[in-house]
Amino acid sequence: MGPSDCPGPTNPGIPLDERWIESVRVNLPAVQRRAATLGTKRTVKKQWQAAWMLRAVTCIDLTTLAGDDTQANVQRLCLKAAKPIRSDILAAMDMEQAQLTCGAVCVYPSRVPDAVAALKRFKAPHVPVAAVATGFPSGLYSLETRLREITLAIEAGAHEIDIVLNRQLVLNHRWAELYREVQQMKAACGPKIHMKTILAIGELGSMNNVYKASLVCMMAGADFIKTSTGKEALNANLPVGVVMCRAVRDYFERTGYFVGFKPAGGIRTGKDACTWLILIKEELDDRWLNNKLFRIGASGLLLDLERQLFHYVTGRYAAAHELAMS
Amino acid sequence: MEATKKTTNPSVSDIFNTMEYGPAPESDDVAQAWLDDHKRNFGHFINNEWYHPEGRKSYETITPATGKVLSATIQGNADDVDVAVKAASKALPAWRELSGHERARYIYAIARHVQKHSRLIAVIEALDNGKTIRETRDADVPVVIRHLYHYAGWAELVDDEMRNWKSIGVVGAIVPWNFPLMLLMWKVAPALAMGNTVVLKPATVTRLSALLFAEICAEAGLPAGVFNVVTGGGAMGQTLAEHPEVDKVGFTGSTEIGKVLRQATAGTGKKISLELGGKSPVIVYENADLDSAVESVVDAIWFNQGQVCSAGSKLLVQEPVFDKFIQKLKTRLGHFRIGHTLDKAMDMGPVVSESQLKSIKKYVDEALEDGAEVFQVEAPEGCYYPPTLITNVNTASKVVMEEIFGPVLVAMPFRTAKEAIAVANNTMYGLGASVHSEQLPLALETAKHIKAGAVWINCHNMFDAAAGFGGYKQSGYGRDGGKEGLFEYVKPKWQDKIKIAPVDVDIKKFAATYMADRPAINGHDNGKDSGTPAVDHTYKLYYGGAQKRPDGNYVSVIRNVEGKVIAQVGESNRKDVRNAVEVAAKAQPGWEKRSGFNRAQILFYVAENLDMRKQEFATRIADLTGKPMADALSEVDKSVQRLFYWASYADKYGGTVQETQLYGTVIKIHEPVGVLAIACPDEFPLLGFVSLFAPAICRSNSVVIIPSQRYPILALDMYQIFDTSDLPGGVVNILTGNRDHVSKYLVEHQNVDGFWYFGSAEGSKYVEYASACNVKRTWVNYGLKRDWMSDAQGQGEEFLYQSVQPKNIWLTMGDIFAN
Repeated sequence: MGPSDCPGPTNPGIPLDERWIESVRVNLPAVQRRAATLGTKRTVKKQWQAAWMLRAVTCIDLTTLAGDDTQANVQRLCLKAAKPIRSDILAAMDMEQAQLTCGAVCVYPSRVPDAVAALKRFKAPHVPVAAVATGFPSGLYSLETRLREITLAIEAGAHEIDIVLNRQLVLNHRWAELYREVQQMKAACGPKIHMKTILAIGELGSMNNVYKASLVCMMAGADFIKTSTGKEALNANLPVGVVMCRAVRDYFERTGYFVGFKPAGGIRTGKDACTWLILIKEELDDRWLNNKLFRIGASGLLLDLERQLFHYVTGRYAAAHELAMS
Repeated sequence: MEATKKTTNPSVSDIFNTMEYGPAPESDDVAQAWLDDHKRNFGHFINNEWYHPEGRKSYETITPATGKVLSATIQGNADDVDVAVKAASKALPAWRELSGHERARYIYAIARHVQKHSRLIAVIEALDNGKTIRETRDADVPVVIRHLYHYAGWAELVDDEMRNWKSIGVVGAIVPWNFPLMLLMWKVAPALAMGNTVVLKPATVTRLSALLFAEICAEAGLPAGVFNVVTGGGAMGQTLAEHPEVDKVGFTGSTEIGKVLRQATAGTGKKISLELGGKSPVIVYENADLDSAVESVVDAIWFNQGQVCSAGSKLLVQEPVFDKFIQKLKTRLGHFRIGHTLDKAMDMGPVVSESQLKSIKKYVDEALEDGAEVFQVEAPEGCYYPPTLITNVNTASKVVMEEIFGPVLVAMPFRTAKEAIAVANNTMYGLGASVHSEQLPLALETAKHIKAGAVWINCHNMFDAAAGFGGYKQSGYGRDGGKEGLFEYVKPKWQDKIKIAPVDVDIKKFAATYMADRPAINGHDNGKDSGTPAVDHTYKLYYGGAQKRPDGNYVSVIRNVEGKVIAQVGESNRKDVRNAVEVAAKAQPGWEKRSGFNRAQILFYVAENLDMRKQEFATRIADLTGKPMADALSEVDKSVQRLFYWASYADKYGGTVQETQLYGTVIKIHEPVGVLAIACPDEFPLLGFVSLFAPAICRSNSVVIIPSQRYPILALDMYQIFDTSDLPGGVVNILTGNRDHVSKYLVEHQNVDGFWYFGSAEGSKYVEYASACNVKRTWVNYGLKRDWMSDAQGQGEEFLYQSVQPKNIWLTMGDIFAN
């Protein structure tokens, strides 16, 4: 079972199983210990490190989610996603033919048309455009408008929708309502559009809530579960990654359905990215080591990966200005 | 599973597709250079110098990962041990005279130098033992450094914190191969801090880190002779322990060798601490975080290839989640990486030696033959043994009962908490245990009931210098680490050097028989004066809260100082011992469950009732011993005071919070030793008895006590007081008769947990020797008298130390997360 055996998300959802949710137990100190030792128990060096970093590049949802996003910077982002690593660096590793791209670009709904157009222009229409939706980042809008946003984003050309959870329903353990909302969002996405559910783990109060919310989303048919919007005080960290991966594994073991995982926010270095890949390899398995089931929501990470690869190829450290910005 | 490394040199593109791990080697250049510096031929390290006596054999130490020879080392003999011990003896006076602060400076310097050389140490340790560089780097060496800092601190504070204690002298430390440097530090750091000098004998197969450490100590400026290393075969450990100038033996190793050392040093006055084997349970309740518990099991049994005294080798999982948990474990093992010691990304390296490999294999093969199910993943060829999970076994299976000392886990289901505790305690060992549950009241109660020196809640194999490590039952006695670890390297300030002429005891025949007394008519003055005969006074044995006729129905005649017959008391035999121990063992848990307040009330009440009969007791003492009445009265007064003293301690020595690095709390509980046997001295027939039983029961032990052989009546008169003071039956049990004969059967009784013997030098030797049968704790007087009237000698911390065994409960903390 390797990364090439990855089927992508296969999750049709299941009926809400509240007993399963109630049985969840997460021991935070033990999770923290596991997270802290992942990076000390495993490491990759030399060409392994280079290959893993390239894999990380392909898993990035290259993201811009700022109030001042315009066509100019979205276009730049798209070009970088289409050609993430300088071609001479790739050539030195004999990886030019692989035509690597990032996993997707991720933008606000109103920037979707810019992104779609730019990718087309750069001859990379196969790079998916993901739009955040459903009242991103807080989710505190009427269900009606939240659902409508999904439809509009898809009509604008989005291939993937990153929805945000209604945190109130998690904090008050209103699992049935949460399940119904996510189910309706999935219905709005339809069968062809991948839906990622953002838990906003920084606002869920406990790891037990993180695990339970992960389960509810998967039961409601999520294709991916995603840690954060990038706007909360706490975003993707390894302990949360451990917990969400375990939820994904648990769900897979019980139902046989693959669900993807996307940490977002705070992953900035090549070393971090490798540790996240290690987490996936250890807590899930190689079938998840692929952008069909694993994405990293990031913006600055790509540049650090490119710098590390530059170093692998040349033996020298690159200055940031020598590599194309996104 | 990636048991073997790819020998090919895959391209970036290949790896991009397979996403496999590659090699991540740690360089051993500096380590090899250090071996070259010594021409790959090490001698002993004595007096801060290398010592290469002529004509010794040589032992080649290898690296288990490849079998390649690292270096030759010297095989020492008794002469070499003598040279080392003499060096330590010579260095002792100056070292023990230093102020605590000065010793703290030295130990601090060692800590700093170890930090500076930490990577070299980590690589040498990994190479020599075979364990992974990841573990030596992240576990062994940090624990070593932590110990040095912690005990530099205790050296600094010695005058405040250990003001009633002083150094013992020369320590002979004998350590095993599983954590060669870490375990030597657990002994050397407290020993040096308290002002002792040390001769260390590392294990046969792992010598290098000890030698490197000795060199680092010299570099750090430790005075010559304070720390010395001699290397040699296994038997040399005993040679060291038996050396007449060694005052204390600190041993970590197998229960079998621990027993041999106990016997070898019996009666010599040497202090000894033993940290022995284990078969530590890992309990997983249905309400545990199962995925996290899986990781805890990994830490429990696959840390250091399972070659850990406290390895969690006996997994007990609650029945509803048993299958699920086993499946999770198997999935987890599918991710295991086993390979070269110096690969930084390995979960397990080789085991320490071919012979260890063979021994592990034998256990697993036998289990297979007995119908057990064995699950393993692949391991490389060579000295590697795969992580192994055995199911379909029961409490009588050899792999469940015995310590395997390898990466082999046995798993069994249980139904209820009570059953889990029963199965957990169904072992001769008691070193560690872990409990996994998200229900704190359940986890804590389980921790309380498991008989082990360390209980980890929702984790396993956490170590820290601030928390003592050591066992219950046949896992040994004494603690390494914490303040409790200091007591192994000190003796009471008032005590002189224990010098005992060699004692000749025929172990087979000692006190095997006794001679009862026959009727004695001379001197009995019953009724002569008044004309009406006094009512005959019957003294019986006292156990289970009742007076019992001795099984043998023989008596011992008690006479006063003038030779007149005062009474007949029962001669106890082995059956009386059996009965008394049985009731003591039965009464102990209930006594322990009572609050300290309740135990205090009872002891105060005993004091009150004794004080009411002060005149009667004093008259009896005077009559029997011929002491002046004033002295007899002060003995009774002192006894009343002692009872007050120990009543006061009934609720004031429960334990402390240990300041480890854990986020959470480590609670040290002072638990009772259990059933204590006590033989009282003849001097101070009342005060000796009171001074011994009271501390024992105030700290929740039950006792079977042999009163003064010559004047047992004072103790027997006490049982009426016990009965009127609400002392529950079975807590104090009194057996009269021949001290050594009764002692013999008590010390041989395997349900007796400790023995305090205050009698002859011969009896002391016998008690220490025979205590090895179940590794019971002993406290003997070697025939030397102590002044029971003195508060320094007759009460205090020494008695508390002997009355308790510390249990450290590790409570991780945390659920608060994000907002």
